[in-house]
Amino acid sequence: MSAAAAVFLPLIGALVAGALAFVHGRKETKAGADRAAQLVTCTLMVLSALAGIFLFNSVALEGGGGTITIFTWVDSGSLEFAWALRLDTLSAVMVATVTITSAMIHIYSIGYMHHDPGKPRFMAYLSLFTFFMLMLVTADNLVQLFFGWEGVGLCSYLLIGFWYDRPSANRAALKAFVVNRVGDFGFILGIVAIYLLFDTVRFETIFAAAPSQAQATMNVFGGTFHAMTVITLLLFVGAMGKSAQIGLHVWLPDAMEGPTPVSALIHAATMVTAGIFMVARMSPLFELSETSLAVVTIVGASTAIFAATIGCVQNDIKRVIAYSTCSQLGYMFFACGVSAYSAGIFHLMTHAYFKSLLFLGAGSVIHAMSDEQDMRRMGGIWRMIPVTYVLMWIGSLALAGIWPFSGFFSKDVILEAAYAAGSGVGAYAFWMGVAAAFLTAFYSWRLLFMTFHGKPRMDETTLAHVHESPKVMLWPLFVLAAGATLAGLLGYEAFVGHDAGGFWRDSILVAQGHDALARIHDLPGWVPWAPTIVGAAGIGLAVVFYLLAPHLPAKLAASFAAVYRFLLNKWYFDELYDRLFVRPAMAIGRGFWKVGDGLVIDGFGPDGIAARTVAIARWVAARQTGYIYHYAFAMLSGVVILVSWYLFQTAG
Amino acid sequence: MYQLPILSLVTFLPLVGALLILTVRAEPELVQRNARSVALWTSVINFVLSLFLWFRFDRTTADFQFVEKSDWLPVIGASYHMGVDGISMLFVLLSTLLTPICVLASWRTVKDRVKEYMIAFLVMETMMVGMFSALDLVLFFIFFEGVLIPMFLIIGVWGGPRRVYAAFKFFLYTLVGSLLMLLAILAMYFISGTTDIPQLLAYDFPAGVQTWLWLAFFVSFAVKMPMWPLHTWLPDAHVEAPTAGSVILAGVLLKFGAYGFLRFSVPMLPDATAQFTPLIFVLSVIAVVYTSLVALAQEDMKKLIAYSSVAHMGFVTAGTFSLTVHGIEGAIFQALSHGIVSAALFLVVGVVYDRMHSREIATYGGLVHRMPKYALFFMLFMLAGVGLPGTSGFVGEFLVITGTFRANTWVAALIATGLILGAVYMLYLYWRVIFGKLTKDSLKGILDLSEREVLIFAPLALLVIWMGVYPMSFLEVMHVSVTKLVNDFELARAAADMLPLAAR
Repeated sequence: MSAAAAVFLPLIGALVAGALAFVHGRKETKAGADRAAQLVTCTLMVLSALAGIFLFNSVALEGGGGTITIFTWVDSGSLEFAWALRLDTLSAVMVATVTITSAMIHIYSIGYMHHDPGKPRFMAYLSLFTFFMLMLVTADNLVQLFFGWEGVGLCSYLLIGFWYDRPSANRAALKAFVVNRVGDFGFILGIVAIYLLFDTVRFETIFAAAPSQAQATMNVFGGTFHAMTVITLLLFVGAMGKSAQIGLHVWLPDAMEGPTPVSALIHAATMVTAGIFMVARMSPLFELSETSLAVVTIVGASTAIFAATIGCVQNDIKRVIAYSTCSQLGYMFFACGVSAYSAGIFHLMTHAYFKSLLFLGAGSVIHAMSDEQDMRRMGGIWRMIPVTYVLMWIGSLALAGIWPFSGFFSKDVILEAAYAAGSGVGAYAFWMGVAAAFLTAFYSWRLLFMTFHGKPRMDETTLAHVHESPKVMLWPLFVLAAGATLAGLLGYEAFVGHDAGGFWRDSILVAQGHDALARIHDLPGWVPWAPTIVGAAGIGLAVVFYLLAPHLPAKLAASFAAVYRFLLNKWYFDELYDRLFVRPAMAIGRGFWKVGDGLVIDGFGPDGIAARTVAIARWVAARQTGYIYHYAFAMLSGVVILVSWYLFQTAG
Repeated sequence: MYQLPILSLVTFLPLVGALLILTVRAEPELVQRNARSVALWTSVINFVLSLFLWFRFDRTTADFQFVEKSDWLPVIGASYHMGVDGISMLFVLLSTLLTPICVLASWRTVKDRVKEYMIAFLVMETMMVGMFSALDLVLFFIFFEGVLIPMFLIIGVWGGPRRVYAAFKFFLYTLVGSLLMLLAILAMYFISGTTDIPQLLAYDFPAGVQTWLWLAFFVSFAVKMPMWPLHTWLPDAHVEAPTAGSVILAGVLLKFGAYGFLRFSVPMLPDATAQFTPLIFVLSVIAVVYTSLVALAQEDMKKLIAYSSVAHMGFVTAGTFSLTVHGIEGAIFQALSHGIVSAALFLVVGVVYDRMHSREIATYGGLVHRMPKYALFFMLFMLAGVGLPGTSGFVGEFLVITGTFRANTWVAALIATGLILGAVYMLYLYWRVIFGKLTKDSLKGILDLSEREVLIFAPLALLVIWMGVYPMSFLEVMHVSVTKLVNDFELARAAADMLPLAAR
């Protein structure tokens, strides 16, 4: 019951607010509709969060669970699946995280979108987004998961393009949807491959049968391959798209075009965590392919360091945080890659709190700065917005993994697990992770210092207008700050500590021998300290660069101009894709149309035949001159030819 | 109990309506009004009547139902034989649903020769329903060809500036295909001695003959489908046709090809089907990739949707020739879904065309500011076209990919690229038309959907969601028939494989 409430209340909210978006008329009527939409969606979302907490308590802590079937969706041959909610610890953790952060983001939006004319529409999209994410995490079969998966893709499209007057927003929205679709291409083939191997798309049955298929092979693309490797790699392509891993990450930074609460929702609770969740959910299959796990680890570790390098040079406050998300998702993936799924989900949970805190805090800064997002035009405002300042510190401390903030616990355990895995890819992940931790601390404090300290660099009117955000925006931040501070400490034992076995039960499966997480207690003494030390070093570097010697960064950028430009342009991924896919696709499309359809098919086909027919008819018509002697000559020639042919025939 | 000849009623009631319109003599103004209301009432009553099929259809048998049979042309053994099974029943409903919608959509926009226009649509409905329920080859051929005439007239008389070119291109293309099919039908009659479809389904055609028969049918169906490279008539026809003409063309006429493959090629000519499957796969993949890319480059809204139709039909042919239950159910489902969605998309274009008299994408931009309801409906149908789960488009595409993955992974992977490309051209279209600032002066006074237009879109929107959320209602209709089709096909193939062994 609480599960159904948690999942479907946001949908009701979305429908009500969506209907209210069509209310027109006088100003008071419109304001009333706005108010009603905010009230309904927020109330329902808070109720959903309460149901989510209740669910977490009854399923994860008290050991309940089960499946609620709603009705059959498709039944074609042996392909049979229902709309159903699967409740186990993994989905309960996700439901609680999603609903709590989403509820806070809903409330915050009342304040943040105060001046926007499209309030009901915005609230409707937010609730719909949450609903799809909840459908995704509670799915009991792959197709329902895909339903939620595409649903969040749709909502991100709508929300990124929320300000549809801006061409940049529309472009970003389109890009997000299409890049996600590239991932979905792999995902859907993965689903189909699973179905053909297991004859079902239901998790229950797939997981039960997985061990017996461990050595199965599959004939695909003209070769025979290890079935589990093929399947899990295809699934992982989907996860890479949704969770913005290197190569398919290009949509995430552009997603900043949406209003800030959207960024918080996309980056913290919904959407990008879906890929991590899916890999954890499919752990019984991933565990059966060493190749796939290695790929997951390498991609995750590479993304962690890659995104962190870009984060260090960006000047848009939201873009820095966006790349930080990308990088943190990399951590979560390589945790899964070394079979420490629970650590990955643990980090997902703590990250949801501190990343939404950071985004909403950044939103509060932007709000105070009259919609300025460029940190080069900020500075020196910490006295004017002290609450936001403190909250941003808490978020950064958690992100950098400083004790006792939540990120410390979750990030440490991931790095330790990577080291303890003892494999080559594990070591790669560990060192990339440590380096990324250094950069994370550096760019976090770079952000803090550039935004809040130093000389004010904005114009007079903006400076005069700087103000602390209203309570409706601050209260949600306090809740998230509490989560960012305490979630790690409180959750450690249950998620990855001694109680982990009883906590997760069978919702995550780790194969025998994949015991990286168990071995983190007997590591060399320096390993647990490494992240903290590099974190402190990163902060120190930021202090030097942005407090003590502010002229240094520019000098450094000048002397390593090529590297700087490379990072500033985000490794030129956008330019590369533009040359490689976007422009050729348009050119080929035009070519097929004008040349293929126009010249070749129509030219040799209907138009050509028509033209030839007309030509022949003209030629024949031209012979009809009307002069008797022309016809007589033609007849005579015919007679001569006929007679000669006859003579030759009889003679031969 | 006396059985109501429901199929004959549904087939010929529109003709009665057409006759009624024909007999009205009064002031021109009054004639127009009468013609509209008679056409609307006839088609609505006919739709309600056809729902009888939906409720009384026995979902547990693969046999033909609502069968009517009487002698007709005893000289060649042709009889008046009608009936539907799980494959054809839903197409009948699709035809009866779209006709009243077309009449409504033309309510105000067609002012010229209203009487003749409405007659053409009613005649077309008779032909379409008859085509899907005919169980005799001669009867089938008459309906199959008959539909050409009203469509030719609708494009040629009520069409756009290049209507004559488009109408003739459409007519000649389909005619060439039809001639070959006529030869094949004659050959079938001379070999088997019957034109009765159920009997022909049971007849074993010699392998050598099958090849030729299959090719003759193939050309005809491939033109109707249309399959690459026989598709170039479609964009022209759509662009020139009036909105309602496009709706019927995309909604129903394109399904003639799919239906033909399922009714004739696959069950009657299994050996040739197996032999030519690679050809179909290649053409399907080209259709999906090639026409999706072409759609991307379009500047005309109707042309874009026309090309997207070709791409979607690529899914249908690939699914059909995967020769698996999933693939074929997916193909039928996709055909039905496309019937609704593309019809709706052409209506969507029609709405702004009626207001602005331009199909150029560049004419528009920022419509959401003035037309929020329109934007919502457009969004829904666009997403269904993209195949978003929860809409009708997803179920068909998913089943087709499942079916083809089993048959050939390359084909599955290549047609799945249609999911990406489809999203690109559809979202790009939507962006250019709906989003952005409303800067063009010509658009400043544009009106949102009228009640009549909402009335047109609402049932289609509900169907799109119904088919997406609870596709079972439709899958269970076709399931038994499709299973039988696949089983029979496999039996026939197994028998053909045994043959050389037995001969030895």
